[in-house]
Amino acid sequence: MQEKLESIYQKALADLEAIHTSEEVKAWDSRYLGRKGEMTLILRQTGKLPPEERADFGKRANEVKNLLATALEKREALIREHELARSLEEGELDVTLPGRPLTMGGLHPSTRMLRRIKEIWADMGFQVYRSRDVEHDEYNFTLLNMPPHHPARDMQDTFYTTQPNIILRTHTSPGQIRAMHDYSEDGTRPIRVILPGMCYRYEQITARSEIQFHQVEGLAVGKGIRMSDLKGTVAEFARRLYGPDTEVRYRASYFPFTEPSMEVDVKCHICGGQGCPVCKRTGWIEIMGSGMVHPEVLRNGGYDPTEWSGFAFGMGPERIIMNKNRIEDIRYFWANDLRFLEQY
Amino acid sequence: MKVPVSWLKEFVDIPASVTVEELSERLTIAGLEVAKIHYIGIPQSAERHGIPPSDHLVWDRERVLLGAIKEIKPHPDADRLVLAVVDYGGAALETVVTGAPNLFPYKDQGPLEPPLLTPFALEGAELIDGHGDGVQRLILEERELRGIPNRCMVCSEMELGISEEHEGIMLLPYEQYGNIQPGTPLVDVLGDAVIEMELTPNLARCFSVLGVAREVAALYDLPIKEPDYSLPPPSGTGVDELAAIEIREPELNPRFTAGLLRDVTITDSPWWLQWRLKLVGQRPINNIVDVSNYVMFEIGQPTHAFDYDILANRAGDANPVIITRLPDAGEELTTLDGKVHKLDPSVLLVADEKGALSLAGVMGGLESEVQEPDPERDYPGSTTVLLEAAAWNFITIRKTMSSTKLHSEAAARFSRGVHPAMALRGLKRGLKLMVEVSGATLAPGLLDAYPAEPEPVVVDFPVDEVNRLLGFDIPKSAVADILRRLQFGIGESSNGEVLQVTVPDHRLDISPGIIGRADLVEEIARVYGYDRIPNTIMGDSLPPQRTNVSLEMEERVRDLLAQAGLREVINYRFSTPQHEALLTPEGQKPSWPEREYIRLANPISAERTAMRQTLLAGLLDNAVTNMHHHPRQRFFEIGHVYYGNADDLPEEIRRLGILLAGPRQAAGWMGGVVAGNSDFYDLKGIVETLLAGLHIEMRHVHFAPIAHNSFHPGRVATLLIGDEPVGLLGEVHPLVREAFGLGLDLEKPVLAAELDLDRVLTMVPAEYVVQSIPTQPPAYRDIAVVVSADRRSASVEALIWGSGGELLREVRLFDVYQGDPIPEGQKSLAYALTFQSETETLTDKAVNKLQKKIIKTLEDSGAKLRA
Repeated sequence: MQEKLESIYQKALADLEAIHTSEEVKAWDSRYLGRKGEMTLILRQTGKLPPEERADFGKRANEVKNLLATALEKREALIREHELARSLEEGELDVTLPGRPLTMGGLHPSTRMLRRIKEIWADMGFQVYRSRDVEHDEYNFTLLNMPPHHPARDMQDTFYTTQPNIILRTHTSPGQIRAMHDYSEDGTRPIRVILPGMCYRYEQITARSEIQFHQVEGLAVGKGIRMSDLKGTVAEFARRLYGPDTEVRYRASYFPFTEPSMEVDVKCHICGGQGCPVCKRTGWIEIMGSGMVHPEVLRNGGYDPTEWSGFAFGMGPERIIMNKNRIEDIRYFWANDLRFLEQY
Repeated sequence: MKVPVSWLKEFVDIPASVTVEELSERLTIAGLEVAKIHYIGIPQSAERHGIPPSDHLVWDRERVLLGAIKEIKPHPDADRLVLAVVDYGGAALETVVTGAPNLFPYKDQGPLEPPLLTPFALEGAELIDGHGDGVQRLILEERELRGIPNRCMVCSEMELGISEEHEGIMLLPYEQYGNIQPGTPLVDVLGDAVIEMELTPNLARCFSVLGVAREVAALYDLPIKEPDYSLPPPSGTGVDELAAIEIREPELNPRFTAGLLRDVTITDSPWWLQWRLKLVGQRPINNIVDVSNYVMFEIGQPTHAFDYDILANRAGDANPVIITRLPDAGEELTTLDGKVHKLDPSVLLVADEKGALSLAGVMGGLESEVQEPDPERDYPGSTTVLLEAAAWNFITIRKTMSSTKLHSEAAARFSRGVHPAMALRGLKRGLKLMVEVSGATLAPGLLDAYPAEPEPVVVDFPVDEVNRLLGFDIPKSAVADILRRLQFGIGESSNGEVLQVTVPDHRLDISPGIIGRADLVEEIARVYGYDRIPNTIMGDSLPPQRTNVSLEMEERVRDLLAQAGLREVINYRFSTPQHEALLTPEGQKPSWPEREYIRLANPISAERTAMRQTLLAGLLDNAVTNMHHHPRQRFFEIGHVYYGNADDLPEEIRRLGILLAGPRQAAGWMGGVVAGNSDFYDLKGIVETLLAGLHIEMRHVHFAPIAHNSFHPGRVATLLIGDEPVGLLGEVHPLVREAFGLGLDLEKPVLAAELDLDRVLTMVPAEYVVQSIPTQPPAYRDIAVVVSADRRSASVEALIWGSGGELLREVRLFDVYQGDPIPEGQKSLAYALTFQSETETLTDKAVNKLQKKIIKTLEDSGAKLRA
């Protein structure tokens, strides 16, 4: 028995030396130290020895078992170390291979710009009012101080429908009248709204002109609203959209539904005013038309123009995007080519 | 509208310190938008004031000079060349070889007295190549021309960059330039800048050099020098004995004036007149027509010259009577461009007793216009001219323009409005200049029919309107001063803080009353300067805040779908009924509601004749657009569709469209990872995710099979929320996708959904409750049942929910299996069930009891528990 124990011990140590993997470690463990392992079995046979030998044998057997367990631990640690080292050494990937493609969703650039514009105006107390696309001639023109045959009607080529006096709105301005009718409570309440929406013009589709485009119209009516407020408000908008140092220029202009009317330009953010293709080498980019609401329009909206005043403005998100991202062809917007959309 | 600065200076002394660029910027800011400056020889200023850089030819002060040709000699060796002996102020005369045909008449005439004045360029000058293609620059170099050295050049307009004219050299009239020393830099003689403006419709008064000069005078506070409206001395029979005027529609023709010229010689205009017309872009024709045009560009009043003898001839024995009237039914007129017009009843005519003569305010008639001389039949051209200047209702002119599709410089002005007071001024100015340039004599008197003289517009203007509407304080005197600069009259009866303002009689854009106050506020703002108005923030109280929930939810839908990996598109809201009909397989009756289209009366193209009724056609088109470079497509669009109403505005319905096609995953380099093509369940998963993201309770959501012929039979469902159908989703019918150009690849289905977004969003709860995180452990059980293969899984799931009790928290179908060992015609559905209590740990026994109840219910419904 004694000899057998020593021979198991020697054999086990020799076997352990020959072990190189974690799997082999497990097998060795179970072969020698496991429940049915050789050491367990031989220990169980202690009882078969003469009584006087039992104590010594038992002591030695336990000692051998402990020695083997310690040796196993050492060996295990060594193997783990080797295996880790091998893994670290051999685990190299071609990190230049492309990653697994992930297809992102995304919003249309017009939506993104509309949101940005809406957020800025919302901060200044302007709420969104949606007005219809297909309109009465009266709302699109007449109530906005453009009676039939008014020369300003030439400024906006119109899509007519086969129904008399029903047209596609050429601007979001008819929404001004609708918002005043809905919100003014017979000309007794102030208004601050923006009206984003699609507008339509009868034009040839070219790189520079489209038959449909978004506009964001704004309207503020109150008892003490002045052109200085309009200037201050649009300047604030321009700074939030184009950056805090944006220089703003105001030009007299003409819209039948505002008076005085005003175009708003910002110093070209691409060239800093030196002149580049984006600003058509003028150094300025036109960002919106605006003005004080015409007394006739206030009246048509239900207000007394001797007491109430207001301002209105309108801008084109697609034009703003084109300038910001230097897009030369407005047709990109509704072509929905992913090669364009995926750049947003 | 083009305004040469040299012409402008005739009416207003613009200080030399004001550059043309600065002036242009000032005009632009005051509302007269300068589109471009055309430079004639002068350099652009270093400070461009927002004017784009110009690459025009600048005339070198040292090398491009005024030359005086003293003699034209023949070239010894070339018949088609001559030698011009030029005094250019240098020590010696210079001989120039030239082929200019307009010098040949002077050949061998000996010394020329007076000399011929011409632009002259010295060696080293930069010019435009008069014989090159397009506009090419050249530096003048010495070269031999048929044996004679030549280092200088006499120049054509093209070579100086003025026009494309290069048939001969420019010859300047001695009478005009003879007092200028030869050798003077040409830029000091002819250098100029032409300001081109784009004028808005309210600026009708500025469609002339004088009109722009008035603005310049007001902006810079300079005096305006009115044109000379005096008449030359008349002689002979008075015009009132030779012609008469009859206005039949005074509302449409408030004024008609005329004067008569005798002994007219029709010839070319003098050089100065031609030059100015060229600068404003008008081709010179003859002296009478040119003066008529000149006056129009100068003061904005169009005039028209008739050949009086033709009128007299038409009138026979009687005197001609000029009648302005509406056309008779079926009446026709040939305009001077040779076109025959059937006259619409809205058109106004200038006629005589015999018939129509011209289209009022738009274009003259061919028959009665001023006649050119014809040497071949010894005809001197018109010798007696009746010049008319009238005022027309601008709407009538606009109607005439649209019905005849004619456009003219006169119509451009009349259609925007010319004050009747300008008619007589235009007539006088025209007669005066015609006498000067045609040698005519003026008949005594003028005809002036003025049946509808407008009352002068007077506005009572409270000065505090400036503060109320513009936002700054300004003294009454300053307001009055600005208005005076614009030639408004300030009435004596102005009292207190109210000014009585009289509108000058060259303006039609200022109304009386409250509108007039706003008109004046605008004038004050423009002249005061928009840049000087302070910037303030509204002190006015905020109106009641109203949140637009519906639009906010729409944005939430966009975010959810983008997060789900879909790309937003925005399509034209135009389509055609034919294109949308492709959604129905040929020969079948559409499953879509048949509603009236909103049809365009003036469509821009055959592809866009009506407003769309569905988003699906556009989405399928988008798939076609991208199929070759993007095999995997996942789009959505939110937008309106339009259903026509016979007597009213259309319904505008907000829809959501979704389209999926191609591989479920984008292809990478690891072969085999691509997880097949998108199918119905991908689409349904997106819809479910969206509805869950909107917090619509899924127990209210049902997908019911439906028959719809735009979709693959059996692969289309209607989405019900509550019991209301809110849209469709399914696999697009193979024939439909083929019709749209997406091919017939049955392995790669195209999936599409269209939901009524307005209806979906009304189902979104205003509030929702967040569930607390469970503190008790869940218990899991799997159940697999075998049911008939055609049984809907939703019915099995409903039974599980119905029998599971309130501790059942989740039912997840994790396997659907058909095939061995499941009998033919049956399928196995395997569900993972989660039970959980909020208050206690569930015992095995309790869960087993619940499970048994579920199994019992399923078995009662005909399902067999799978072992």
